[in-house]
Amino acid sequence: MSTADDTSGNGVRASGAKPTGTAARSPVDPVSAGDDDAHVRLYGLLGEFATPNALVQAARAARERYKHVDAYAPYSVEGLAEAVGFTRNRVPLVALLGGLAGGAGAYFLQWYTAVIDYPIDAGGRPLHSWPAFIPATFELTVLGAALAIFFGLWLMNGLPRLNHPLFNAPDFDLASRNRFFLCIRASDAAFDLHDTTHFLRSLHSLRVSEVREEAA
Amino acid sequence: MSTGSIATPLGPRYTGASITDKIADVVLERPVHWAWVVGFGIATALTLLLLVAISYLFAKGVGIWGVNQPVAWAFALTNFVWWVGIGHAGTFISAFLLLLRQHWRTSINRFAEAMTIFAVAMAGLMPILHLGRPWFFYWLIPYPNVMNLWPQWRSPLVWDIFAIGTYVIVSILFWYMGLVPDLATLRDRTRVRWKQIGYGLLALGWRGEARHWARFDTGYLLMAGLATPLVISVHSVVSLDFSFGLVPGWHSTIFPPYFVAGALYSGFAMALVLAIPMRAAFGLRDFITTRHLEKMATLMLVTGLLVAYSYLVEVFNAFFGGNRYDIAALANRYFGPYAPVSWSVVLCNVVLPQALWLRAVRRHPGALLVLGLVVLVGMWLERFMIIVASLSRDFLPSSWHIFEPTFWDLATLAGSIGAFAFLFLLFVRFLPAISMSEMRKLVHAAEPRTGLATRSDLA
Repeated sequence: MSTADDTSGNGVRASGAKPTGTAARSPVDPVSAGDDDAHVRLYGLLGEFATPNALVQAARAARERYKHVDAYAPYSVEGLAEAVGFTRNRVPLVALLGGLAGGAGAYFLQWYTAVIDYPIDAGGRPLHSWPAFIPATFELTVLGAALAIFFGLWLMNGLPRLNHPLFNAPDFDLASRNRFFLCIRASDAAFDLHDTTHFLRSLHSLRVSEVREEAA
Repeated sequence: MSTGSIATPLGPRYTGASITDKIADVVLERPVHWAWVVGFGIATALTLLLLVAISYLFAKGVGIWGVNQPVAWAFALTNFVWWVGIGHAGTFISAFLLLLRQHWRTSINRFAEAMTIFAVAMAGLMPILHLGRPWFFYWLIPYPNVMNLWPQWRSPLVWDIFAIGTYVIVSILFWYMGLVPDLATLRDRTRVRWKQIGYGLLALGWRGEARHWARFDTGYLLMAGLATPLVISVHSVVSLDFSFGLVPGWHSTIFPPYFVAGALYSGFAMALVLAIPMRAAFGLRDFITTRHLEKMATLMLVTGLLVAYSYLVEVFNAFFGGNRYDIAALANRYFGPYAPVSWSVVLCNVVLPQALWLRAVRRHPGALLVLGLVVLVGMWLERFMIIVASLSRDFLPSSWHIFEPTFWDLATLAGSIGAFAFLFLLFVRFLPAISMSEMRKLVHAAEPRTGLATRSDLA
């Protein structure tokens, strides 16, 4: 794997020298030039950075020219999501809806079973004894909100997704350790292999590499 | 409390990379330590004892225990209340201290959450075991059934199953959610194929994308906000199981706060008892520092004082209320057949922990380990005192009866401790005991030259 990393890093620099025509297809696959996977679709270009500050600055600069920009960090970096254009965080809304559904469902169940379906007259006490219904209502409110957060979070993040083009990229295993990455996807209208490579390199990245849709 | 004090106790030599390597290598690289093997052997033996005790119980019924009338609740309920309480400190550390922006919690929240889950698992067993027909435990859950019956919603025992059930599920979700980025780290670091597949599946394909992190942070914080009132509600509901009863010594409005304070007290004790050997055995002294132990010891002292205050209020209430049965129950507690238990409670929970006022004691791991064990014993005896001493002498002297534990009572208690240790020892070998992603964030936040916001801006 390490040798492939090195050739890919050099390969980008080599291919970056020649002007390339279409955005999505590169004439020479840098990872293994000459092999039969030259036709594997390009996912994007990945710039690697040493510090979170460098990544946030690079992300801000990239967003001015491109729309399809993703940033990857080993922990949550303050301001990074905003730098890549993340504005609407719907997690709180999902939590609220989950909590309301859980609480309303619990209260309705208790009211329906205790008043309508299975009324027990205990010394003339009211059937709809709402204070006694509060504990289960509270617990299921919490449960509903927690389940909504947990499952909503993965759903909105598009996970679980066990395979991803980025996992083919060199050094990307360090994204969960101490390296910071900026990916400009090939699907972006302004993406150009040559220009974008130069652009990423101009942001003082440690290295720039191509990301392929499938494992090379 | 101040965010400026996050200048981590970790020492300046740690970076995001070295911290990751050190914590991950405990799981991935470190050879099995003989102490772990010995501990695991003992824990496995006790777990087997628990399985034998449960099998024999299911075959014979609760008559194998020392329970009688009027002491129908004894060891099983004592174990239940004790174990749930131990779990509470884990949630308190991971959720409440997160909300209060206590950065030192970062080193200890992961294993404290694991402690919670395993303790609550042990707790959850106990009420099921003490049922006469344990195979019908699911009758507590409301579901349309052929008997056309619904649960009695006005009973704290029904609230209990909702509280405990919710607590188990939320604790597991919260713990697993926090684990996902760390599982991704293990996936990326290991070079062993089956570990890559195993950790890879559990990591759900986490790749640390900025938008994912933003949602993750919000979700984690909201989860903490939910878990904090939940933890209070759970032990309050557990205490209502008792205070809704008319038995003198149970029928008291002080029970919810009294039980919650005791729960946190025993939980901090267990956290210390687990942390001190763990940091020694796995070389984690740089992360779980003396400063962490001192903070936990302070919290133990504070909750211990709340517990001591509750004991005093119980005495005061009995005389202030003037109810002769309450006064008799109190006299019975401290001068009756269970007086040795009650005075042991005072010794373990009130007298000995006062040593924590001394800074030297709070900073001495050995002393804290001993005090943690003392408090755990004291809190178990306290639950026993409340449950058994009250039940054994209720209103009618003709029905008074003493409870004496049998071998199977003791086997169930010892077995549950063994099974808890069994799960915890597996946890420290297979999962990162300290949150790597949060530690990386903490390290970077502590570096002034990066100019990054501190963890307190996580919201």
